[in-house]
Amino acid sequence: MIRLPIKSRTLAMIAVIAPLLILFIYVALRSGPLAPVLVTVTAVENKAISPAIFGIGTLDARYTYKIGPTVAGRVKQVNVNVGDRVHAGQLLGEMEPIDLDNRIVAQEATSKRAMASVLAAEAQTQDAVARKDFAKIQAKRYEDLLTSRSVSAEAVDAKRQENKVAESSLAASNANLEAARQELARTHADRGGLSQQRTNLRLVTPVDGLVASRDVDPGTTVIAGQSVVVVIDPKSLWVNVRFEQLSAYGLQAGLAARIALRSQKGHAITGTVLRVEPFADAVTEEVLAKVVFDQLPVPLPPIGELVEVTVALAKQPSSPVIPNASVQRIDGQLGVWAIEDGDLRFAPIRIGATDLDGNVQVIEGLKAGQKVVLYSQHALKASSRIKIVKQIPGAPTSGSKP
Amino acid sequence: MISLAGRDIMHAWGKFVFTGVGLGLLIGVTLTMAGVYRGMVDDAKALLDNSGADLWVVQKDTLGPYAESSSLYDDTYRSLLSISGVARAANITYLTMQVREGGRDVRAMVVGVVSGGPGQPGQPSYLISGRQITRGHYEAVADIASGFNLGQSIQIRRNHYTVVGLTRRMVSSGGDPMVFIPLKDAQEAQFLKDNDAIVQQRRRTAENPAFNRPNVPGLLNQVIASQSTNTFVNAILVQIKPGFSAEEVAEPIRHWKRLQVYTRTQMESILVGKLIATSAKQIAMFLVILAVVSAAIVAFIIYTLTMGKIREIAVLKLIGTKNRTIAGMIMQQALGLGVIGFVVGKVAATFWAPIFPKYVLLVPGDAILGFLAVMLICVLASLLAIRAALKVDPAEAIGG
Repeated sequence: MIRLPIKSRTLAMIAVIAPLLILFIYVALRSGPLAPVLVTVTAVENKAISPAIFGIGTLDARYTYKIGPTVAGRVKQVNVNVGDRVHAGQLLGEMEPIDLDNRIVAQEATSKRAMASVLAAEAQTQDAVARKDFAKIQAKRYEDLLTSRSVSAEAVDAKRQENKVAESSLAASNANLEAARQELARTHADRGGLSQQRTNLRLVTPVDGLVASRDVDPGTTVIAGQSVVVVIDPKSLWVNVRFEQLSAYGLQAGLAARIALRSQKGHAITGTVLRVEPFADAVTEEVLAKVVFDQLPVPLPPIGELVEVTVALAKQPSSPVIPNASVQRIDGQLGVWAIEDGDLRFAPIRIGATDLDGNVQVIEGLKAGQKVVLYSQHALKASSRIKIVKQIPGAPTSGSKP
Repeated sequence: MISLAGRDIMHAWGKFVFTGVGLGLLIGVTLTMAGVYRGMVDDAKALLDNSGADLWVVQKDTLGPYAESSSLYDDTYRSLLSISGVARAANITYLTMQVREGGRDVRAMVVGVVSGGPGQPGQPSYLISGRQITRGHYEAVADIASGFNLGQSIQIRRNHYTVVGLTRRMVSSGGDPMVFIPLKDAQEAQFLKDNDAIVQQRRRTAENPAFNRPNVPGLLNQVIASQSTNTFVNAILVQIKPGFSAEEVAEPIRHWKRLQVYTRTQMESILVGKLIATSAKQIAMFLVILAVVSAAIVAFIIYTLTMGKIREIAVLKLIGTKNRTIAGMIMQQALGLGVIGFVVGKVAATFWAPIFPKYVLLVPGDAILGFLAVMLICVLASLLAIRAALKVDPAEAIGG
């Protein structure tokens, strides 16, 4: 009975010290360099991946008609507003004609005068014809009289000369008439030119379309070539896409594309690659392509909106596939940490196509069914002790594909 | 022969154990402080490890990209690829900023990486969940310390990014979690102003008669377009081919390309020696004071423990116990106290280290050093106590 208090004290002491020691050993083994690195493992799968490429671009109209005057001037009226549908030939606006109308009136007057001149010249010609005919008859008559010696030779000569004068006068009249006619033609042409100029001041759309912008308002002076109204053809909407060159292999016309407008996040519209531009952007290292909608979205999205385009490439034949998270580069060599008999071995691999979900095709170095490290708590070394877990502590459930 | 020390401890084991635990917590704090210092240095090294680079090519005469800002044209990497010994070169941008997610924002270092398939320099070397970036835009891999989760949409400037992967221990030298995004987006984010500022800038440009010329239609649009492009990156990470030494490759780049090149050793000395130098010294100073204070407290505790037993020691001397036995008892107790203290301290430090917001790295070397220091202090303190105990007059036992 006497020893009992001592024994219970010893027990209590052990009860305190022993757990502490166990804890200490646990701590020493589970943290620091002696602790195993937690890893998750995945098996190399044999499957067919469908690579895709991803790019961003802006919505563009293929045809943009900038309608404006061909000479500098002031805008008199603009008949349409942004958003209006217009038809080919519709008058969109007009430039100020200034004195053009008056010049047309003046030209008309000139034209009428020229017409009058023609009439006058014609009358003169008729007069000259009459005079000439008469002079000719007179000359004939005097010649006949000369044969019967009833008039003097001088009188005959005078009549002959009169006849000649009348002939010349007729020729002059004819020339005058021709001149008057030419003048009339000139004034007509001038009048036509002015009318053309007048028509040119009318701003007319060449196509059916949509008014995309109304750049200036009446009263503004614009220079030649500046646009007053911009008309687009909404049916010609396409996407000007830029693809990173590194991942653009396989991009070609005719491939199906999914177009996601920034304003309609998550909702993809189908489209087709219309063409890949022959010129790439050398500065930004991007490939440019045009993608058209299979069916135009309604309502029409605004031109210039940012879009994301995913182009699906042809499905690859079945081959060993690993997630890209397992691929590492050690000493310049691409590879994965393969698990063989519970030990780590760095297996160099050669990779092929990748898809947007992070699957990587292994061309060389791995066989289906082999176990490789997917995620790890630290960077691994060949000498690392590992412990395979379902998921790395602190990490959310793996494998969820956003 | 019975253990005098053991018997004495057993006599008042509660007091002994609690003193040990108290001491242990103090040692735990000291070990943690050492861990904070190590963590700080490790954060700086993690930054270098994670970049996966052998050489850092930065703007001439700068200490970039971590310690100083540096900017290079983004096509410079092409000319680096032609240098012999360069295996891979990749552009990278770093920008520490607030990343928004829902209603909160997280301070993070946004890293712009070339999304050129796995294993490119600059990309996170290992993940703990999800996958690496595969799209050239609007995807992000975030460090777990940021608190972001897979599938979440985070906002950097005005663009939204989907978190597709999570990493661990990918931090800046300041301990901010990294968020990896594609390079093009990062370049834009670095220079992209908010929409208000852009609109105001456009208006300002439009007011400038040099750019808004009525007889040159379209000039204004071109000028505005040129204002919002960014063709700069902060650094180029270079991996060298096997068989070349870092300096061997760095020298021609310095010489012919007239750019600054840092090797791993140089970069480490910049980060540790310059970037975190003062804060690390601050912690180191605190660690030294804490160690001295802990040593003093340990010494005082042992001294007062012994002094509390001075009457019993006098009795021992009175009954003729040898000095050596008494000295042994005191020293064994001191060492026992030290061992309990160390064990408690180590366990406590290990358990509370992960709760710290910044990384606390407990190095086994530090623990061993700490253990030796604790033992040494205990021995020294017990010597003081032994000296006091041996000087005691046995008469005190009866006299009082």
